[in-house]
Amino acid sequence: MPKPKIGFYWCASCGGCEEAIVDLAEDILGVLDALDIVFWPCAMDFKRSDVDAIPDGGIVATFLNGAIRTSEQEEMAHLLRRKSQYLIAYGSCAHTGGIPGLANQFSREEIMKWVFEDGPSNVNEAKVRPQTQWTENGCEVHLPELRHVVRSLDQVVPVDYYLPGCPPTPKLTKAAVGALLEGRLPAKGSVLAPDIALCDECPRKASKPVNTSFTEFKRPHQKILDPNLCFLAQGVVCMGPATRGGCEALCISGHMPCTGCFGGTSRVRDQGAKILSSLCANIAPKEEDEIDQVLAGIPDPVGTFYRYGLARSLLRRRVDLPAPAKE
Amino acid sequence: MDNQRNEPRIGFYVCHCGTNIAGMVDCPAVAQYVSRLPNVVLSRDYKYMCSDPGQELIQQDIREHRLNRIVVASCSPLLHEKTFRGATEKGGLNPFFFHMVNIREHDSWVHTDKQAATEKAKSLAHAAIHRVRFHKPLEVKQVPIHPAVLVVGGGIAGIHAAMTLANAGKKVYLVEREPSIGGHMAKFDKTFPTLDCAACILTPKMSEVGAHPNITLWTYSEAMKMEGYVGNYTVTIRHKPRYIIEDACVGCLECIDACVYKQPKFFDEFNMGLGKRKPVYIPFPQATPQVVLIDPETCLNLKTGKCKKTCVEACADRKAIDFTQKETFSEIKVGAIIVATGFKSFDAQRIPQYGYGTYPNVYTALEIERLVNASGPTGGEVVLRDGKKPKSIGIIHCVGSRDHKTNRWCSRVCCMYSMKLAHLLKEHTEAEVYSFYIDMRTPGKGYEEFYGKLLDEGVQFVRGRVGEVTDWAFTKEEEGKLVIRVEDTLAGYVRRIPVDMVVLATGLEPQADAQEVRRRFNMSCGTEGFFLERHPKLAPVNTFTDGILLAGCCQGPKDIPDTVAQAGAAAAEALVLIDKGHIEQEPNTAFIHEEDCSGCKSCIPLCPYSAILFNEETRKAIINQALCKGCGTCVASCPSGSIEQNLFDDEEIFSEIEGVLAYE
Repeated sequence: MPKPKIGFYWCASCGGCEEAIVDLAEDILGVLDALDIVFWPCAMDFKRSDVDAIPDGGIVATFLNGAIRTSEQEEMAHLLRRKSQYLIAYGSCAHTGGIPGLANQFSREEIMKWVFEDGPSNVNEAKVRPQTQWTENGCEVHLPELRHVVRSLDQVVPVDYYLPGCPPTPKLTKAAVGALLEGRLPAKGSVLAPDIALCDECPRKASKPVNTSFTEFKRPHQKILDPNLCFLAQGVVCMGPATRGGCEALCISGHMPCTGCFGGTSRVRDQGAKILSSLCANIAPKEEDEIDQVLAGIPDPVGTFYRYGLARSLLRRRVDLPAPAKE
Repeated sequence: MDNQRNEPRIGFYVCHCGTNIAGMVDCPAVAQYVSRLPNVVLSRDYKYMCSDPGQELIQQDIREHRLNRIVVASCSPLLHEKTFRGATEKGGLNPFFFHMVNIREHDSWVHTDKQAATEKAKSLAHAAIHRVRFHKPLEVKQVPIHPAVLVVGGGIAGIHAAMTLANAGKKVYLVEREPSIGGHMAKFDKTFPTLDCAACILTPKMSEVGAHPNITLWTYSEAMKMEGYVGNYTVTIRHKPRYIIEDACVGCLECIDACVYKQPKFFDEFNMGLGKRKPVYIPFPQATPQVVLIDPETCLNLKTGKCKKTCVEACADRKAIDFTQKETFSEIKVGAIIVATGFKSFDAQRIPQYGYGTYPNVYTALEIERLVNASGPTGGEVVLRDGKKPKSIGIIHCVGSRDHKTNRWCSRVCCMYSMKLAHLLKEHTEAEVYSFYIDMRTPGKGYEEFYGKLLDEGVQFVRGRVGEVTDWAFTKEEEGKLVIRVEDTLAGYVRRIPVDMVVLATGLEPQADAQEVRRRFNMSCGTEGFFLERHPKLAPVNTFTDGILLAGCCQGPKDIPDTVAQAGAAAAEALVLIDKGHIEQEPNTAFIHEEDCSGCKSCIPLCPYSAILFNEETRKAIINQALCKGCGTCVASCPSGSIEQNLFDDEEIFSEIEGVLAYE
């Protein structure tokens, strides 16, 4: 009997999720015993035509990482959806838009202008910008188009499961592959991680006092922090209370606060709004100017509270950006 | 009950409220619009939904059309939510399958464009129809009430409220921050307009309070912290050290005689510094409780540790003096709290042109009260600070009242007490008395008659706001006198009137710590800083927090009769609450899904009712349903969405929002 086929693909992402697959180390050999990888452009030489050749539904599962920003990514998402029985959004970018989603604070023009003209490391006096179409010596060259906004995978095509994290941990990845092989998958649309906030498994949980009334916020580099005390108790924003657990508090074990990459629990529609509501309600001062002083310790609220989730939050994008044609 | 779980069958009613709604909203059009929405079985408009036939209509429709959800678009839920829930229940449904849409206060009353107002009513109705599909059956719970009452402030308001409740057999805690109860009234000599001796009518009530078996009187104490909710407040009381064991002191005052200071030489607070007291003292002869206290700022032993402690010798076997006393705290549980913290007299130095603090012969009205009092610092003899008797006296009204530079409000009592003082001063000194007023305000039983009496007595009333008080003499007869410069607006020219004594009728202000007290008891303040009543006419002693009541001048300036009446009303409101024995609790409470809670504790400090506890065993938070008031604070702030609130779960709220937004 032929082995079930799986695929890996990346869209708007940093490559960390690909690393996470490689991080399975020798376990990946076990995966290969049971599965055939039919598409993994990052690691092996596959072409799009190889995918086209696969019959619809011919791939058991595709792990797609990265957000959807370009026309090409959109096209590939549709293609892989069609070819796969299960489409799995792998990692924060595919799950909730991830870091690329922060670009939804800016228009396409602002981004292009910064990247190709105003950025301090640019040398581009002619102000050349990439074109979607170019003819040179009678040959036509195409580049994908940059869409107006960044979208999570499920804002483009239906997604069966999500593996959260920036990147997902090897343990969760292995568990997901295992579940897939043994057919023990939960209800469609599930996030394949515990549905309880990180504090539950945080080694510093017991050190959190009942009353964390904030008199100031500090970023980790601004203060020498107690390695055993809850970050929030030290006035450092930790997204743990608003973030799905399952990572086994990796960052906290590395003495850095949680930045929220696993997204909110299934009961939360907007992770950023939730933590904002919780932290702000616990600010000690009650007068407006004093509150402002405390909040000045968080210079980039969107980047802090919506670091991974802006694209799929209730906010989604700056209000004056054109909406995607199809959602 | 069975049909309640099936597909929603919604009955919708839009009320005309006479022309209150129908005048601005096209009610039949709203009904027609809603009738086309999914799950709506019937949709009607009706003249008065709150009327008996209106309620009957709902009940009948539930039975005939097997409705299982009811939406009424009418007035504010504050007014008739109960009514319609009742009708829904009588029709055989759980009352919480009802939802109300406010298209009067939120729509017809605040808009002028009929078409737009009708569209708004439709979109609000659309939202309710969306939401009500997700309603679940809920139960009203009863929570027992703690039958004791705390009265904060032992002035005449607090005394009267405490006595009323105690006489009705209720347990009362009366907390007063001064060493004796009595408040401002204890300092007054006579009361207007009857000229009753203030002490004669007040001190019997004071000792009654002190002796009442149902009253726990704590003087020199302050209510510091309040937790809980109506019916079950927990209050922390701070007892300041008196250095006297209250139960051991019999009030013999022998320690005062025995004090190493042979003569009293320290500022006497009760007499506004016009008299002197010793470090060990009793504020005034009729003070309640009859217990001395020691002032740590002036007591030799407490300051230096070096004193012969003759007071301790004099106290002898009673052993009532304890120099090691520290402040202590007690915690009490009460069902209701009456705040009667009184007022502060306007600081006359804020108007420097009147010379208070500069010219020794400028007095405040409260100082004069003490000066004319038989047990005051001069034994009732009205003399100037140099011992001379004044031959002419000027009383200036509205000092710190009706003044854009200081306080804009009328302090209500100054005209009357100024006339009372004019009468008393004339009686004591036979001096010529001038009264400088802006308008004479005498609305009250017997007040205008009192004014008439003063006119007959020959007090000279001059209408005009005084410009300044100065000792700069222009003429020989002004020399050595205080000259009052005023535009006499009746005579039409500026006058200079030389007098020996000036009395400033200072106005009433909120207490200096009113804002703190407001926060402590979860009340609001008006712009001027007095505590805000729930409704100026219909709920004048209630506040916006259930079970927190107001009495006396902390709510606004008022005279003694009004204060006593209000204190009685506050006591009655407290009785209404605690006599019932329980409160019915809205089921809109919050609860935590234990398996979902990560134990992050974010919600715990936010609960205004201290209803959330951390279970150390499960390492998760739990909400005490009896304490939860359904404010929703924890629900909104739970970072992992693990707290839910009845009637306000995400499904209900989001479907309502979608309903408004999806309206076309």
